[in-house]
Amino acid sequence: MTTIIKVIIIDDEPLARSIVKEYLSAHSFIEIVQECNDGFEGIKAIQLHQPDLIFLDIQMPKINGFEMLELIEQPPCIIFTTAFDEYAIKAFEAHAVDYLLKPFGQERFNKALHKCMEQLQKGTGNPATRDLLSSGPISPAQSQRIVVKNGSKIKIIPSQDIWYIEAADDFVKIFTPEGSFLKSKTMAHLEKTLDPQQFVRCHRSYIINLQQITRIDPYEKDSHVAILRSGVKVPVSRNGYGKMKGVLGL
Amino acid sequence: MSTTPLSVMRFRLIFSACWLILIVDHCLVLYMFGLPFRESAIDSIISNILLLIPCLLIMNTIRYYMPQRDRYFNIFACCVALALITTELNRFVLKLFLDYYSSFTTLLYRSLPIRFSIIFLTMGCITMISVLWYNWEEQKQNDARKTDAEKLAKEAELFKLRQQLQPHFLFNSLNSINALIGSHPTEARKMVQQLSDFLRGTLKKEEDQWVSLEEEMQYLQLYLDIEKLRFGNRLITDIRSEEMTGNLQLPALLLQPIVENAIKFGLYDTIGETVIRINTSREGNDLVVEVSNPFDPHTSSAQHGTGFGLSSVQRRLYLLFARNDLLKTGAEENIFTTRLKIPQLVA
Repeated sequence: MTTIIKVIIIDDEPLARSIVKEYLSAHSFIEIVQECNDGFEGIKAIQLHQPDLIFLDIQMPKINGFEMLELIEQPPCIIFTTAFDEYAIKAFEAHAVDYLLKPFGQERFNKALHKCMEQLQKGTGNPATRDLLSSGPISPAQSQRIVVKNGSKIKIIPSQDIWYIEAADDFVKIFTPEGSFLKSKTMAHLEKTLDPQQFVRCHRSYIINLQQITRIDPYEKDSHVAILRSGVKVPVSRNGYGKMKGVLGL
Repeated sequence: MSTTPLSVMRFRLIFSACWLILIVDHCLVLYMFGLPFRESAIDSIISNILLLIPCLLIMNTIRYYMPQRDRYFNIFACCVALALITTELNRFVLKLFLDYYSSFTTLLYRSLPIRFSIIFLTMGCITMISVLWYNWEEQKQNDARKTDAEKLAKEAELFKLRQQLQPHFLFNSLNSINALIGSHPTEARKMVQQLSDFLRGTLKKEEDQWVSLEEEMQYLQLYLDIEKLRFGNRLITDIRSEEMTGNLQLPALLLQPIVENAIKFGLYDTIGETVIRINTSREGNDLVVEVSNPFDPHTSSAQHGTGFGLSSVQRRLYLLFARNDLLKTGAEENIFTTRLKIPQLVA
């Protein structure tokens, strides 16, 4: 296979990018189409260049590597490069995506590159990355905020600003004081990533922020309705009521 | 093992004085009841020496055998028995020595209940004092142990607090050095030097050690220089020290987490140029250090309280000065400021 492989390097440290560049220069079939300083640049560059492979750091300003990936519809092959992130390492170990622990040498780097080449040749896309992203909490930051794309803008919602989350087909709708935002995630995923002391799946189609509740009233038989500070009413199933009572210690 | 009350000079004096009073008193009472002075004195000395022996015995026994709380009745019974034995012995010995004096026997038998009472009361007092004394000793030892344990826990806690932010910084710095080796070997060498000096500084300093501000600032400069290398031109530092602050003292490694925190939110979590300012000044008897950094109020991380770095500083300040008002933080628009006051112990 002699096709050129398009690569994007995303890392907030110039020296960290330069070592990847240096290691890549040993391979003739690689073309580095762009280097990015952060996740925002990364998203733009990926949309623009449609690369085959990205080298991605995890700890970056504003949005971390995982959050950036969440906002990309069809992530290319990814090699993570990270220094020390026990959450990330745990997640990596459970999945087959390759990752490089900084500092890494040329040999280890080549191995990761070969792995990705094989995957690209098979043309299987990158199912492993998707698995990785749908698994539970990956970094502590992700339980404290949700990153959504609003048109072409990227919005970071701190978890305390969320009123509640509603299921909507393949999406979830996140309600905040600034309006609602769509995100292509499952309810189960959000239930797992958000802080369980603050967010409870109060209904099959709803996750509620406990700090926003002012009152819970009975509603018809067996079910309740939670009234938020903003006045919005959220249905609570019998099951969900039990869960809420458990968390609130009633 | 606890020490006996008699090992303390003051108590020994008091004890001897009490016994002297007892002897004189005993003698005077008998004399007033009509016994000649010589016989009264002999009676008193013999009786009180015979009383002294079981009392010392009790004191020593309780040292090794502390009665349980529910065993006080046993002690009472022991005291009664011992008092009876002592009275009987007293009678026997006194009779042996003073039998020549005709009316003594009558007096002795008539006074036996009183003698018993006095012996029993004295023994009771000694027992009570001993129990209290050893209880107090035990308490003192427990307290000492607890203080020791607390001190150890404190040291361990401080050590742990210090370790939190290091690995990420260390591995990233090594990665930067790795990158520099190929392209800029001289700079790589310089960075290895700086990193080594920085790490050595972390290792050799004890938490309870006080260092001069000048020394601490030099050390921080190493850290900032390394970060500057890692992030290229993004990091700009503006350090201003008022004159005469260089010699002021502060606990070692106290500023580091604050600056680390400023770097974490200012540099790691923002895009573009970042200015970190450090100002030092003196206010009365306090050294004041202000660190400010830009931050992004929209990314939630900064909204979540003070972050790890600062809660550990807060905790340390509390452990050192027992005050919670020495560390203040404030956010204005995009600038986060940490203000630290360090009371100068040596004026």
